[in-house]
Amino acid sequence: MEKNNSNIEQNIKRRNFISFTTFAVLSASALGGWKWLYKAGKEEMGITARARSPLRVAMNKSEVFFRNFFSNNHLVKTYPRSQAAKNVRINSRIGLEKEGFNTEEWELSVIKDTNDILKLNMADIKALPKTEIIFDFKCVEGWDQIQHWAGVRFIDFVSHYKLESQSKMQYVGMKTPNSKYYVGLDMPSALHPQTILAYEMNGEPLTLDHGAPLRLIIPVKYGIKNLKRIGTISFSNRRPGDYWARQGYDYYSGL
Amino acid sequence: MKIIKEKHAFAMRWTHWVNFPVLAIMIWSGLLIYWATGAYTITIFGQTLFKFFPQGFYEFLNLRSRLAEGMAFHFFFMWFFAVNGFLYVLYTIVSGAWRELVPKKSSFKEAWLVVLHDLHIRKTAPPQNKYNAAQRIAYTSIIIMGFGSLFTGLAIYKPVQFYWITWLCGGYHFARILHFALTVGYVLFFLIHVVQVILAGWNNFRSVIAGFEVIEVSALPVPQDLTEEPNLKDNPNGKE
Repeated sequence: MEKNNSNIEQNIKRRNFISFTTFAVLSASALGGWKWLYKAGKEEMGITARARSPLRVAMNKSEVFFRNFFSNNHLVKTYPRSQAAKNVRINSRIGLEKEGFNTEEWELSVIKDTNDILKLNMADIKALPKTEIIFDFKCVEGWDQIQHWAGVRFIDFVSHYKLESQSKMQYVGMKTPNSKYYVGLDMPSALHPQTILAYEMNGEPLTLDHGAPLRLIIPVKYGIKNLKRIGTISFSNRRPGDYWARQGYDYYSGL
Repeated sequence: MKIIKEKHAFAMRWTHWVNFPVLAIMIWSGLLIYWATGAYTITIFGQTLFKFFPQGFYEFLNLRSRLAEGMAFHFFFMWFFAVNGFLYVLYTIVSGAWRELVPKKSSFKEAWLVVLHDLHIRKTAPPQNKYNAAQRIAYTSIIIMGFGSLFTGLAIYKPVQFYWITWLCGGYHFARILHFALTVGYVLFFLIHVVQVILAGWNNFRSVIAGFEVIEVSALPVPQDLTEEPNLKDNPNGKE
């Protein structure tokens, strides 16, 4: 009986020791792992930048996973015109800095190949079929607003200007005329039936602050990808530079 | 004399302690995201009673201009949160532990008696096995809440690709409110949980790390009395 009792005491001590030691070691390694991740070096300036390198790897892996769910049949919810905001929010003017920008002189450059640049003006773009969309515009910051835009669907633009071979590439890049703001888009998102090169907001031509004369409206992405005042469109099999992906944001930023 | 009684399976302890830091990181990174548009208030009859969150709260936690960071952490640790939760639920199903966890019909009535007992208003607690009625409700709710966070999270994260999830959550706005409210729920759960763990004491705390409890029993003199052993299954502490 006595022996049995001291056996139990010993057993308790032994199991306490093993469990708490293991617990302490695992906790310390978890803490070490966290510190490593928290202090992990930021990426070098490249197509993407300023995120902790391991987290950038994770973002890119998550992109690969969630791209499996992307479909042209998944459409952003649309709303009646009466619900569209009259006062459309302006969150940023990056890329619109040039004083005295003249929409009349504006030209869109579509880089089909190194030496083959298609130059278009607003009349060319307005000649294409017009599509309207009233949807909930979502900002990465967390706000959203129902907005009404109209323009030409990118897929219609591509087929009209016979850009089929370009659209077989993996990415589209767009830049403002001053190259200060630029976005990279995966081709499936760019060719999504709700992606629009917009020139009207609430039935009126775009104002300068909203990206006159032509801006991108891409409802399958956060607002950061909805570039204002498109100057250049290019195609590539490598990721084009992306302004906010260089500030540590996810390159894909898909919704 | 003392006897050792096995209480919590390894799978339960492992997932519990993995969840603790992962959920903490999710809440912290979630706040970094929420900070960018801190829109929620508690408003009754036009009077704002509380704003999530007062400026001092952000300053105290150093939560400024870190949206990109918050998103990067949030969308990385979400995987661990989901997988860990999935493993725990799988364990309760495979092991049959869910029988001790899911509330019984009587649990909802009994839970009040447990609460009254814990508040020292009532002298006796209802009889219980591993978990009392209030625990059954709490530990089942927290799993449903975890699932709710994943579900509402997906509704916000991919509202176009998973439009049906967003629809089931009552739209993008409501999904965000639910996602936020669930987080407030975790914090409240955590506070009560920690108080209860402290009150329940060392033996109970150890069982979630080492897996066993030590029970003091009057000596078992003759082997025949072992037929009474099932009585030992009642937890004399009444709390865990």
